Amino acid sequence: MRVNVEVNGEQRTADDVWPGESLLYVLRERLGLPGAKNACEQGECGSCTVYLDGTPVCACLVAAGQVEGRSVRTVEGLGSAEELDPVQDAFVRTGAVQCGFCTPGLVVAAHDLVHRKPDASDAEIREALAGNLCRCTGYEKILDAVRMAAVAVKEQRS
Amino acid sequence: MTTTTQQPLITNVTGGVGDSPMRPDGAQKTRGEFAYSSDLWADDMLWGATLRSPHPYARVKGLDITEALKLPGVHAVLTHEDVPDNIYGLEHPDQPVLAVDIVRYQGEPVAIVAADHPETARRAADRIVVDYEVLTPVTDAEAAMRPDAPVLHPAHEGGNIVRHAPIRFGEENPVADVVVTGEYTVGMQDQAFLGPESGLAVPAEDGGVDLYIATQWLHADQRQLTKALAMPEDKVRLHLAGVGGAFGAREDLSMQVHACLLALHTRKPVKIVYGREESFFGHVHRHPALMRYEHGATRDGDLVYVKAEIILDGGAYASTTAAVTGNAATLGAGPYRVPNVRIDGYGVYTNNPPCGAMRGFGAVQACFAYESQMDKLAAALDMDPVDLRIRNAAERGTVMPTGQVIDSPAPVAELLELVRAKPLPAIPTGPRDLRELPGGVSNTTHGEGVVRGVGYGVGIKNVGFSEGFDDYSTARVRLEVIAGEPVVSVHTAAAEVGQGLVTLKAQIARTELGVQRVQIQPSNTFVGSAGSSSASRQSYVTGGAVRAACEEVRAGVLELAAARGFAATGLAGGKVVSATNEVLADLVDVLGDEVVERTVEWRHRPTAPLDPVTGQGFAHVQYAFAAHRAVVDVDVELGLVRVVELACAQDVGRAMNPDAVLGQIQGGSAQGLGLAVMEEIQVVDGVVRNPSFTDYLIPTVLDMPPMTIDVLERADPHAPYGLRGVGEPPTLSSTPAIAAAIRAATGLALSRVPVRPEHIVGA
Repeated sequence: MRVNVEVNGEQRTADDVWPGESLLYVLRERLGLPGAKNACEQGECGSCTVYLDGTPVCACLVAAGQVEGRSVRTVEGLGSAEELDPVQDAFVRTGAVQCGFCTPGLVVAAHDLVHRKPDASDAEIREALAGNLCRCTGYEKILDAVRMAAVAVKEQRS
Repeated sequence: MTTTTQQPLITNVTGGVGDSPMRPDGAQKTRGEFAYSSDLWADDMLWGATLRSPHPYARVKGLDITEALKLPGVHAVLTHEDVPDNIYGLEHPDQPVLAVDIVRYQGEPVAIVAADHPETARRAADRIVVDYEVLTPVTDAEAAMRPDAPVLHPAHEGGNIVRHAPIRFGEENPVADVVVTGEYTVGMQDQAFLGPESGLAVPAEDGGVDLYIATQWLHADQRQLTKALAMPEDKVRLHLAGVGGAFGAREDLSMQVHACLLALHTRKPVKIVYGREESFFGHVHRHPALMRYEHGATRDGDLVYVKAEIILDGGAYASTTAAVTGNAATLGAGPYRVPNVRIDGYGVYTNNPPCGAMRGFGAVQACFAYESQMDKLAAALDMDPVDLRIRNAAERGTVMPTGQVIDSPAPVAELLELVRAKPLPAIPTGPRDLRELPGGVSNTTHGEGVVRGVGYGVGIKNVGFSEGFDDYSTARVRLEVIAGEPVVSVHTAAAEVGQGLVTLKAQIARTELGVQRVQIQPSNTFVGSAGSSSASRQSYVTGGAVRAACEEVRAGVLELAAARGFAATGLAGGKVVSATNEVLADLVDVLGDEVVERTVEWRHRPTAPLDPVTGQGFAHVQYAFAAHRAVVDVDVELGLVRVVELACAQDVGRAMNPDAVLGQIQGGSAQGLGLAVMEEIQVVDGVVRNPSFTDYLIPTVLDMPPMTIDVLERADPHAPYGLRGVGEPPTLSSTPAIAAAIRAATGLALSRVPVRPEHIVGA
């Protein structure tokens, strides 16, 4: 089947899509956007988190056909070619990136949180990111990154 | 007084050893642009899939691939008959690339398929008909050691015992005032890296193959591949693709041979990517352990002896079981002064999933047992458990049970003092945030039935490969002028698996050569082996190799400088300088068009094999230590545990990159927490019951508490920069500290990890 979907502001078309394919597969293997990661493909780890019509979802749990005519924003669509998004920048600066396989999903989830709730408490940050597994960092520096990004977003707004 | 006029100032480079520069791959990773092994793509690429045995033990009586080959889109279906040399293994070749007449574990690869879509490949694999005669699996490691047990590998001498590692130290029958015994078990832990096994094999015009792969040791993969494919080394070229974590699970081969076989057979690029369920079958796990301990002490609390029997279930194939067993035995008495030690470590074949390397490598299991024993001994002596540990703590000069003298700092007592001195988190009063209670937002308690406990643990880990292994790394360092600027290029085959070695190699080059701009070349087999990214060894060994290569490059530059009339003795801030740090010339001018390149193979001081009867010998190049204090809240009515805080103190010799050191301690502690209260592969009759992240739980950000960390820097005079391996020690001691804290809260004996709710409420 053919799938038409807006990805990172661009209208894209994927052809010969098998109906069993997920949005994650279409992004990674048909549209050249491997940023969303294939860590579990069971909706448990959050590493494939993307925005679907502005709401963070696990791309592995969305059937390709469900995105027809809708809008997807992936980690590749957050910063610009020249500049990292403040969330991406904070992850690099705080050392929240080790192997980095969880990072794209966490960046999208954190991006959603700091824009939705820039004053989130630590408990709220933890709850918001509880669907994103990381095996390397023990999460401490990821919390540092989210706190730093929240400050940057608040400064942008003021 | 004489003055030197017009002396240019040295601008020291930033981001050298001791700094925490940002990762060079960090921005790419946050943008989603870093190419992991599962992200690779090639024109006309096929997808591989693997048919695996559903049985833990069975005879293969027939294999029919006819129907699979008929499926449109299928390009190849291969079986053991298509493998040039079908037996491989990381340490002992005992494992078929594809099963021949017998399968020894659930998930053993039987056949492989290449097709134009991953789903087509999977469906084709499902069409392969295998006629199995199911056999009764051997699933109890202790029973497997008995003479009457079915022998799983008839070619192996010693029945099902892969290795017996005895340690005999001191008197045979020492007498103690106080004796405590215990039997401890550790469940099967999974490394659960997030990036699944994957890679892309591309057939080359010369008849060879290029494999882009996530691994921990390119040259060990290459060695096994050349054998399995029966091809010369120059025809099997490996390139490190992005690695999504490792933790030991990428030491053994997974899909490497399969992808190369399919690519060579179809003459097309072949990509294989495991899903999460397949990943649970695609790599070895941490050995489950059964450990019987006896500790004897004087009335005053001086250890008199430790006796132990440690049985490690190696599963169906040897993998690194022999080395893991050696570690468990040699480190089995812990970081203590013990005059008499008798330990028997056994690594055993069964039909359970194969076990091998995981962060901590045998030392984790032993640490849970000996630390549990120290708490039990403290209780028997009516002593404070930390005081008992400190009283017996190993130090520089302590003789280990192998007879090896610890010949560098061993601040075990100080580490314990540091974690004990941390202020305890306040016990909350009034209404509690659900997220901070056991059970969390499941709303299982508002604080009623919740009891707090505090526990301690300390561990000892060897750094680097031990027991006489020729442990080395190779570095090629090149210095030249590019666009008017001196630039260093560092090339090694070392695997960056997330730990930050790419950052560290550049730091070392900056410090040694006084040059700001450093390029890290991609890791591949076009330079000599770097050894494995495991055993906490790469900072030490590849770090040592990079430093040594830089030293030779520096000597080359100084020769050039001498030829140009400068009596230079060093490099700093892009200049050549005199012994008094006087700037003599710009490095750019001294180099001109010259390229100074040196390749160095660097070894740490040799270790020696253990005596096979007494277990005596200089087995380990370096010891590393960490201590934890854990604070837990336990809902004693439901058996739910929340770890409230972890304090850790670790000696790292030299913090080469302080931020990365913290990252290792935090991440390692989290994996220890997982083993303490969450993580276990459930194996019933040889069958894995929970191969998913739905049922195999690793810590989330809600499970992992805040940490306080003390980093000591007591230089090891034998190591480059005095550094000590960092990655593994924090994984050892967090587990027993948390178990001890749960015991303190509940009063239960708890001799097994992970501690599950039924161990608390069903006890």
